[in-house]
Amino acid sequence: MKYWASVAALLVLAVVVALAPTNDYFFYAAFVVLQFVVLATAWNILGGYAGYVNFGAGAFFAIGAYTAVVLFKSIGAPLAVQIVAGAAVSALLGFGVGLLTLRLRGIFFAIATVAVTFVLETMMINWRYVGGATGLQLVRPPVELFGTYTRMLFVVMAIVALAAVSVARYVQDSWIGRGLRAIRDSEEAAECSGVPTLKLKLFACTISGALMGAAGAPMPMYLAFIEPASSFSLNYSVSALAMPMIGGTAHWIGPVLGALLLATIQQVVTVTISGEINVLVIGVLLVVFVVAAPDGVLGLFKRWLRSSR
Amino acid sequence: MIFSLDLLTEALIFGVLLGCFYAAVSIGLSVSFGLLDVPNVAHPAVMVFGSYLTFVLTGYGLDPIVAGVLLMPAFFVLGVLIYRFYYESFEKRGSEAGVRGLAFFFGVAFIIEIGLILGFGVDQRSVQAAYIGSSWALGDYRIPYRMLVAFGVALVLTFGLTLYLARTFTGRAIKAVAQDEPALRLMGANPVRIKQWAFGIATGVSALAGAMLIIVSPVEPAMDRLYIGRTFCVVVLAGLGSMTGTLAAGLILGVSESIVLMFLGASWAPAVAFGLLLIALGVRPQGLFGR
Repeated sequence: MKYWASVAALLVLAVVVALAPTNDYFFYAAFVVLQFVVLATAWNILGGYAGYVNFGAGAFFAIGAYTAVVLFKSIGAPLAVQIVAGAAVSALLGFGVGLLTLRLRGIFFAIATVAVTFVLETMMINWRYVGGATGLQLVRPPVELFGTYTRMLFVVMAIVALAAVSVARYVQDSWIGRGLRAIRDSEEAAECSGVPTLKLKLFACTISGALMGAAGAPMPMYLAFIEPASSFSLNYSVSALAMPMIGGTAHWIGPVLGALLLATIQQVVTVTISGEINVLVIGVLLVVFVVAAPDGVLGLFKRWLRSSR
Repeated sequence: MIFSLDLLTEALIFGVLLGCFYAAVSIGLSVSFGLLDVPNVAHPAVMVFGSYLTFVLTGYGLDPIVAGVLLMPAFFVLGVLIYRFYYESFEKRGSEAGVRGLAFFFGVAFIIEIGLILGFGVDQRSVQAAYIGSSWALGDYRIPYRMLVAFGVALVLTFGLTLYLARTFTGRAIKAVAQDEPALRLMGANPVRIKQWAFGIATGVSALAGAMLIIVSPVEPAMDRLYIGRTFCVVVLAGLGSMTGTLAAGLILGVSESIVLMFLGASWAPAVAFGLLLIALGVRPQGLFGR
């Protein structure tokens, strides 16, 4: 109850902020931060709960974006349709990747997801309809609500982010989450005690993929442009993995914290110093956290609570 | 493009040379990941780092291969340190080393890559030597000397490591660690010290591989991303830890990539390694010459 009240409050807050005469740059940056909240939350459903490291977040993200572009270019579909379709296609991809978990674990699964990213990127590079390697310029339709397109996208992304977090929370608290955690601790033991491991893994991959696709689908409209190299960038993949690791993978709030923290730092660093440094920040923090604070910010917080008592 | 026998022969010759080169850049990973089970995704990044150091050394008038050989001891020490750190932080703590260890190496790869961008910029770098740029005319075919040099070094590396692992005491110890670590412990040997040594060798070898990389083509900092696919493709296809398998898998990758390059165009070539890798993982994860 308390949770849903705060979700509603945050949604109202987002709409109010979007209607208020705030500087447009705020929305430009906040959209990206929210996007990373969705990516990190989605990654954590598979990576955090089930322990399968997906290093192909960029692929899911880009497939969502390209689905949106195809729909927009062919039939001029509205944004909501683009997002739903992006999520659906990414969910299919997630299902396919889920089938890989039948045989692959640990690093093999991670490497396979990297491979999926590069194979799909090569396909998009060679697909003329969506612009090939040079990319495609898009003309954004006019908006009725919120004045500018960026403001509208901010509200849309806020809705997607709240939905993603709610899904993650539901998964965590239900029997699905318990099953996934059992898989993480020992897949054999889980299978032997009657946990439907394959079904659960497929479910986690599909949901995680769908959410990543939903995060990527508004991207072409946001940039009014699409291009393979930046859409499939491993930077998305490493961020999607680093943010939950830094926030804490055990609880749904972990990836949210990690994403808010890191994406905000990134936005500030990109503006004040340079784009390269912000990837460096992610790399360094990731290494520091996995070595020194394996349970992330959440773990540190818990330790602090215990010691102060 | 019209299919012709001439083109196919040319693709095959080039593919074999390329394949040996791929085997050579993967052989370090074949030791560190194949034999030691360390999820070393930073291997290509370390190699590219080696290329850049080679670039710096050639600035003082050194031959790139000599530079690569000179870098090997330093990279050996680097490898020992990386493994020591990895062991203390992850392997020793036991459970969940997998996910965190992997995240650790991804982080290291990104740090190296951005470090190179900050140090050298995003531009491509290349080296000069007598054998770079000219080619050897063999009948109707032209074979670039730089590929031949890489080919030679690759063969020396591969056979050298194979002999080392099969004939020397330490080499056999490394293989023993890969086979059965607890048994080795019972014999009174210290597996951590052997693995440390092996990881050092794997990293040392990537210094020379890095030198070859910059001989074969200009390098840029983000190049390691492409080589994650190529090196892991070769190692997985080979069957973890098999040295002769590494050579065979490198040849398979080289020939298929060069055929795709010749008949479909350069834009499809990067997908070959990753596609082969996916097929290998999906169909035969233990590789062609698996343990």
